[in-house]
Amino acid sequence: MNVQSFKAVVIGGSAGSTEVMVKLFSYLPERLELPIIFVNHLHPEDDGGLVEYLSCQTALRVEEAADKEHIEGGTIYVPPADYHLLVESDLTFSLSIDRKVKYSRPSIDVLFESAAMAWNDRLIGIVLTGASHDGSDGVRAIHKYGGLTIAQNPDEATYPIMPQAAITTGCVDKILPVAGIGLFLQACLGHNTVPELKKVNAHD
Amino acid sequence: MKLHEIENIEVELLLEAIFQRYGYDFRGYARASIRRRIKQFMEGSKIATISEMIPRVIHDESLFNEMVREFSITVTEMFRDPAMFLALRENVLPVLKSYPYIKIWHAGCATGEEAYSLTILIKEYGLAERATIFATDFNDHALSLAKTGIYDLNNAKQYSLNYQKAGGNGSFADYYHSRYDAMMMNNELKKKITFANHNLVVDQVFSETHLIFCRNVLIYFNRELQDRVLQLFHESLVHGGFLCLGTKESLMFSRVEDRFKTIDKKNKIFQKID
Repeated sequence: MNVQSFKAVVIGGSAGSTEVMVKLFSYLPERLELPIIFVNHLHPEDDGGLVEYLSCQTALRVEEAADKEHIEGGTIYVPPADYHLLVESDLTFSLSIDRKVKYSRPSIDVLFESAAMAWNDRLIGIVLTGASHDGSDGVRAIHKYGGLTIAQNPDEATYPIMPQAAITTGCVDKILPVAGIGLFLQACLGHNTVPELKKVNAHD
Repeated sequence: MKLHEIENIEVELLLEAIFQRYGYDFRGYARASIRRRIKQFMEGSKIATISEMIPRVIHDESLFNEMVREFSITVTEMFRDPAMFLALRENVLPVLKSYPYIKIWHAGCATGEEAYSLTILIKEYGLAERATIFATDFNDHALSLAKTGIYDLNNAKQYSLNYQKAGGNGSFADYYHSRYDAMMMNNELKKKITFANHNLVVDQVFSETHLIFCRNVLIYFNRELQDRVLQLFHESLVHGGFLCLGTKESLMFSRVEDRFKTIDKKNKIFQKID
């Protein structure tokens, strides 16, 4: 595999995915250089609860993404409840209240598609546990623009529908259990290059 | 050249073509959302690439009208963000009450849900007689839906709940009558609102306004256009007039930031002080 240097990670999940995120935190380097953007299907009235919860679980900075804010490395962003979150080409965020996509706002597809355009082959996109098909069009877009895609192994996911839908598109590069995703991120975010595939598989 | 770079060029050319041909200026819009809408429209119309849309749109006005319709439909609800309506009731209306005549401008009203919400609020506070309410949008299709005031009855329960949280002192059901699966807003409310076409990007000030209500419109604009529109609002307001933005919008980084006082930080209510 070619050595690529990544500039951002986008993660999408629904039911059960917050717990998976917390598990992934333990694998992340202390000095994270990239932004990680995590879209979870929040309740429309969540008022910063997710940010607060995630902040307690990691030393990394966790923030609610703000409209037209410049995206900074070393930060984990989540969208505000009831808004779609999009990435602009100048690496700022935009929000929208466009129709729900696959019954969801924020939508994983909307984030992934815009991030794919902004970071193209420098993007990693991950689909975690969840009970909807959101994220599958997003994975297609990331794949189309040259990014790397990962799905949580459905056998291990609390709700396998979402990672399975992503895998069914044929656009997923790696299917990994949570620990495998963690080790993969650790390896490539540490030096920002894709680790040898063998190394990751060894920990599966 | 990479795929995304080519697509960016296509989007710029399409927006330029639309502007030159029809005068609708989307060039100051944040690109990610508008690109998504362009692509969705393409899928629906079986057009393969963005650049293929350019000749189609230039020569086919009806196709263009369909596209504009798609470009600017935002989805809102009655009393979206009830806490903000409660804050208006508690902190802004008591001040507006001191004016003999009140002019209210709801900019970017889309299909009108929030315009009706605002009108209900004004009415319950006893200000309906002296208030003139203008609700504007550049999308004629959205405006015509707003004017008819007919909404999906399935949302009534949610709206009613929002209304209560917003501090409504009656029953939301008193403001509409239902027919089959539709909720039709009362004529009395409809008559109170003047729906009109106004484009924030190119049109001028609405002078001597006491309250400007513009929620979740600025998020679709880039920083320069946001700044321009905020200046337009500043010029439109009387001294001491109020500006109410969407809960995730702000005056930060705009040139008029210092010319407003923050009345309610969380609910994004500001007062013109300079």
